[in-house]
Amino acid sequence: MTNVLLIIFAMSLIYLSIANRLMSYVKILAFQGILLFGVSFIELGEMNPLNLAFILFETIVFKTIAVPLFLKYVIQRNEITREAEPFVPHFISLIVVTTIVVVTFLLSNTIEDVQLNKVYFVAALSALFTGLYIIGTRKKILTHVMGFLVIENGVFILSLAVGNEMPMLLNTGILLDLFITVLLLGIFVNKIGDVLKDVDVDQLRKLKD
Amino acid sequence: MTIPYLIGAIAIAISLFFNRNKKMNYTLVAIFLILQWAFTIYEYNHQNIVEFDYFLPDALGILLLLTISIITVPAFYHSYVFFTKNEDNPRNRAMYYASMVVLIFALSLAYLSNHIAVTWIFVEMTTLSASALIYHRRNVRTLEGTWKYIFVCSISITFVFIGILFLSIAVQEVGDNNLTFVSLLKRASQLDVFWLRLAFIFIFTGYTAKIGLVPMYTAGIDAKDKAPSPAGALLSSVLMNVGFVGIFRFYEIITHTSLHSWANNIIMISAVLSIFIATVYMIKVKNIKRMLAYSSIEHMGIVMLGIAAGGIGYYAAILHIIFHSFVKSSLFFQMGQIYRIYQSKSIYDVGNYFKYNLTGAMVVLFGFISATAMPPSGLFVSEFLIFRSLFEAHYLFVLIFVLLLLTIIIWAFGKNIFKLLFTPAVDFKDENIEHIKPYESISQFILLGLVVYLGINPPHQMVELINEAVKNLPL
Repeated sequence: MTNVLLIIFAMSLIYLSIANRLMSYVKILAFQGILLFGVSFIELGEMNPLNLAFILFETIVFKTIAVPLFLKYVIQRNEITREAEPFVPHFISLIVVTTIVVVTFLLSNTIEDVQLNKVYFVAALSALFTGLYIIGTRKKILTHVMGFLVIENGVFILSLAVGNEMPMLLNTGILLDLFITVLLLGIFVNKIGDVLKDVDVDQLRKLKD
Repeated sequence: MTIPYLIGAIAIAISLFFNRNKKMNYTLVAIFLILQWAFTIYEYNHQNIVEFDYFLPDALGILLLLTISIITVPAFYHSYVFFTKNEDNPRNRAMYYASMVVLIFALSLAYLSNHIAVTWIFVEMTTLSASALIYHRRNVRTLEGTWKYIFVCSISITFVFIGILFLSIAVQEVGDNNLTFVSLLKRASQLDVFWLRLAFIFIFTGYTAKIGLVPMYTAGIDAKDKAPSPAGALLSSVLMNVGFVGIFRFYEIITHTSLHSWANNIIMISAVLSIFIATVYMIKVKNIKRMLAYSSIEHMGIVMLGIAAGGIGYYAAILHIIFHSFVKSSLFFQMGQIYRIYQSKSIYDVGNYFKYNLTGAMVVLFGFISATAMPPSGLFVSEFLIFRSLFEAHYLFVLIFVLLLLTIIIWAFGKNIFKLLFTPAVDFKDENIEHIKPYESISQFILLGLVVYLGINPPHQMVELINEAVKNLPL
């Protein structure tokens, strides 16, 4: 069952590469939150209840509800235009992200490890590189934040793979996730949105040599 | 004493944040300085005793802790000068001192931490506090610098976390779940090479944002430029050391596995590219503060060359990183005075500095000699040793290439510094310029003098500490 959820997660990354509107990105992020909830619910059954509740809270309340609502609020408040404005055509993005998934899949086949479920590895690394790709190829600062959230989802999956034995690492990772997301979005709403009106990266090019 | 220190420092930071009275602020800062030094002396006298499971004051930690405690004193003094000369908004001042206290204690504890995840947590805290310092002036430019810094550092800190996860997979396979450096070092040879390799790539890439190497060096440059000079001094010296600690401690583990020479190659590539990029930008750059920041990139490249070459290079790398902290911080402190005279950091607006501020110009000249590693600077000793180690490890082409780049760097650095010192500035009206008191430069002279003294005549305690810090590395 977790395998199915993780494969759907990898598919959502491919959809992310061709999504055109900012709201589609937000919806995909919310959907990924639900998938992560499912995976952690099934996978971490034996964990102590308090810890499990914390993790489930993070996925369902934070990743699925709070962050997407907050992103929606930011988009409306700053009147950001609804296109994602990539620098490259969607077709190329599609090929690149598919290549990323295929390469991580091939890489995972070289692992001679019986303990680790390779699907976790594939989903996590694909999310990491897709996030980096989105950060590199999209114009708006807000899409950079979304790319970062995709990377965080990948890290979450990876930490689930080791979470049963080392709950401390899993919790640290989740706290990092909460903390950085709040920090980045907080700055975005409070500062950048107020100072720079139509926010894309071209306005952040004053510091250079 | 780490936990009492942590609690005390957090209490001071919180009270600084909420208390905006000027006298109260400076009293709290003074208390923090006393706490910092008491902590340093205590840890120096209690080396190699594990505290609260997660902290171990080993030789490397003690050396860097002493470095930060020495630099902290002038950093607070120059911050005080900075606030008397600039308009003094109580809210921003309280925020500034609170973040500086957080930055210093997070760095100190990151040096001493013995657990890979604890180091990581304190490094994350340095990102947060440093960004509050960068945003101090609260305008569009600082906002841009802060955003880039937070974004790049967040990604790199995530990379480090991924590396730690890979490492934990390797550790679990041998039936363990202990991630302290001591235990990792013992188990190093049993760990699976595939996971270690991935872990090293991710941890190294992540920490390059802090140490200032290719590929993640970019955000640090803007940060050092946009932060107020005393904060910039901390960012370009002790904050870079924390990246070094992160890489060095993991590298120690890697040297006990079959990945040693592979890791050396990675470090070598990153170091040479860093020096190359520093050279390119040093020629081009027109902003003196950014030029100093690129010079830091170059020095970190040299440090990593020493690590990759091995042998005497390990010793020299640690010596170099300590000396570099003193030299670069004193140049950044001096930058504050230059800005007060010319109200500009651009090389086109400055000149004839000897005429307006004699003692300050002496610091700049002496700092230039030190930073380019000419004798009698201590950096000459450490750089010479690093080049010797490169020669002994048969990295001859790398050595020649790096020497060539360093020559270009000295030329570019010198060109800008001599323009600042001797050539009269165009259209500069010198009627109302501020007269800078000579005693404001004393701390810079002390730091630069310390580098000369420690280079020529290193006290045997320091030599022992450095030798102990590199004792786990193979010769």
